[in-house]
Amino acid sequence: MSRIPEAFEGGPAFVPYLAVGDPDYESSKQYVEALARGGADVIELGLPFSEPIAEGPTIQGAVVRSLSGGMTPERFFEFVAELDVDVPLVCMTYYNLIYRYGGSEARRASEASGEAASEEADRPRAFVERAKEVGIDGFVVPDLPAEEADPLREACDEFDLDLVFIVAPTTQGERLERIMSQVSGYVYVQARLGVTGARDDVSGQTDESLGRLSQWDVPKAVGFGIKTGEQAERIVRGGADGIIVGSALVDIVAEGAADGEDAEVVADRLEAKARELKTGAMRGAGVETEEEDDGQEVPNPERT
Amino acid sequence: MSSDTTPDGERDGDGHADSRARADGKFGRYGGQYVPEALMPAIEELTDAYERYVLENEGGFMDEFRSRLADFGGRPTPLQRADRLSERYDREVYLKREDLLHGGAHKLNNALGQVLLAKYMGKERIVAETGAGQHGTATAMAAAHLDLPCEIYMGERDTRRQRPNVFRMRINGAEVNPVTTGRGTLKEAISETMRDWATNVEDTHYVIGSVVGPHPFPAMVRDFQSVISEEAREQVQEKAGRLPDSVVACAGGGSNTMGAFAEFVGDEGTDLVAVEAGGSSLDVDEEAGVAPNSASLSTGSEGVLHGARTKLLQDRDGQIMESHSVSSGLDYAGVGPELAHLVDEGRVRAVNVDDDAALEGFHRLSQEEGIIPALETAHAFAHLHEHPEELGEVVVVNVSGRGDKDLETVLEETEQREVSNAPDLSVLSGGLGGAHGAGDADADARGGDE
Ligand SMILES: Cc1ncc(COP(=O)(O)O)c(C=O)c1O
Repeated sequence: MSRIPEAFEGGPAFVPYLAVGDPDYESSKQYVEALARGGADVIELGLPFSEPIAEGPTIQGAVVRSLSGGMTPERFFEFVAELDVDVPLVCMTYYNLIYRYGGSEARRASEASGEAASEEADRPRAFVERAKEVGIDGFVVPDLPAEEADPLREACDEFDLDLVFIVAPTTQGERLERIMSQVSGYVYVQARLGVTGARDDVSGQTDESLGRLSQWDVPKAVGFGIKTGEQAERIVRGGADGIIVGSALVDIVAEGAADGEDAEVVADRLEAKARELKTGAMRGAGVETEEEDDGQEVPNPERT
Repeated sequence: MSSDTTPDGERDGDGHADSRARADGKFGRYGGQYVPEALMPAIEELTDAYERYVLENEGGFMDEFRSRLADFGGRPTPLQRADRLSERYDREVYLKREDLLHGGAHKLNNALGQVLLAKYMGKERIVAETGAGQHGTATAMAAAHLDLPCEIYMGERDTRRQRPNVFRMRINGAEVNPVTTGRGTLKEAISETMRDWATNVEDTHYVIGSVVGPHPFPAMVRDFQSVISEEAREQVQEKAGRLPDSVVACAGGGSNTMGAFAEFVGDEGTDLVAVEAGGSSLDVDEEAGVAPNSASLSTGSEGVLHGARTKLLQDRDGQIMESHSVSSGLDYAGVGPELAHLVDEGRVRAVNVDDDAALEGFHRLSQEEGIIPALETAHAFAHLHEHPEELGEVVVVNVSGRGDKDLETVLEETEQREVSNAPDLSVLSGGLGGAHGAGDADADARGGDE
């Protein structure tokens, strides 16, 4: 077992996402550490892929900044190894980067001579082994549905890492059961159809999805569109065990990059945002905390 | 289309090989379904519809498809003996005239099939990507014909390279959304269409434009396009009295290619030659992430993109490279998984020709046969020109589309480089009625007056 399940034990988990290397390696490290200070329970670290088909414009922008700053899988692993945080880390990336890892000149030469088949089974393994080495606890791979996940899951089992599956609003019936029987770590409940991006409302699809999942005893973390502490509160009150927030944080990084602000200033802003989201989630679970942001009365969200 | 199913690549009873995907959508090591979970239920639904309507002809689907292809599309298309090319290359050269299909390219075979299928499935909206604009145009036509709203995603660069097709899509009532990410070509258009589909999956069908993407698309698009080889195989036996020694087709994603090959795969005496875009060079700039070609079968490596495992242009880490070709329709970093499999098996030979050769091929066919081919198609003729001796005595070349859409590009490219057989186009200099050219001419005229 990885450290991930524990992170959900002490109340609702706050799971932030950032693209590693956005906008540059050093700033990015400060940002991730700021999220940990702000109350992150698990951190999703994005390894950018050139064709992020599940991402909206915000995270696409992060991918472009990070890749043009020279991010590679190997740099990503170095980054994780150097990080000074004490929470479980989940690597979020697309399958091709996992599949291709270890793509040395030597392997490409052997591939050209037709020996590729024998190495087939090793492919996700090299990536997983290296991830384990640097301290990754699990994976989310948005373009890898359960149907294609066997090789990666075997590698994860071998190294005791979790493979988190996404459950979409369209995932129902027998399909849902099949996926839930394979989940480890937590289940990523996609709050709405579409791509990632911060939104002003909470989708009704969230409650429906949580309802369908209530019979399973696996931590349920809701993501896609969450932006404020109030939304976090409402979603936890609706039955979520955790909230995943990406684009709202990446927006802060993007603004900082556009305005050329100091990394410290941006890091402080990220930490404050993290605290707002974590506090909101705690309120949703009925836990009042000291730091009620700017003394504002939090309206009691309607439960319909 | 033969309806008997056998495991991939195996020959079945009546001597036709059938490389149909296995139930899990794999062609050998390629294929599969690498898509976000949100799309998987739709893909399951589509797989079911494909099996029932296309493979089993439930509700007379295939009968209606064939009858619309005839009445709306103008099928069958002719197989024409190319007299001057036959003489020039000293062998029998036949042209499969998909450029005469309604819309001017093979693309309608697939677009009409999928839009009709969407109707049978009760979908209310169509989205599609397009590179050269031919697939977008065909989809817009089919959607107008079958009365479904339609939105097309097209790389911003391609909207400029293929303006005439943007007009046609708009005139048929489709929305055209330019995609500005990346280099603004086919790869980005596919990614963006997948995002739309993932958002609107409940009422929308994604009409993918080639034999790419997750299962069942590669198999289904091939089946809709197989009408090309089904006709050609009969026609060539009528005209030449025998099966051809080779069939030659250009390959981007590979839909005209698979369509032209499918019914010949079991004919061992017939070589199948897929001609890729060699672009400006086969060398790759890893640092810049650019492959100045689109030759993924010839030079790519195995990876996962847009739903399938296939051959890709990628750097050593697995980041997808920006491809290049003078023809928008071939300008893509991937290729259909079945074609990748057939090349690995040695059943299909992958070759490539560069931009210059394609431009010469364009002019040659225009001048010697009176057929202006699409720049994509011109690649097939460039290969015929470079290696006629490898193609045997009877050759079928698939004329995947006509070149009206490319005239602006050809004008520009012909000015920029030495194309040995290009006519003098100076009478047009500045563009085909483009505002730019007209402005320059005005300025010159005024200058003269002063
Ligand atoms: C005329 C023509 N031929 C060929 C192609 C390449 O597509 P495919 O390889 O799927 O046949 C295109 C694509 O736009 C096209 O318009």
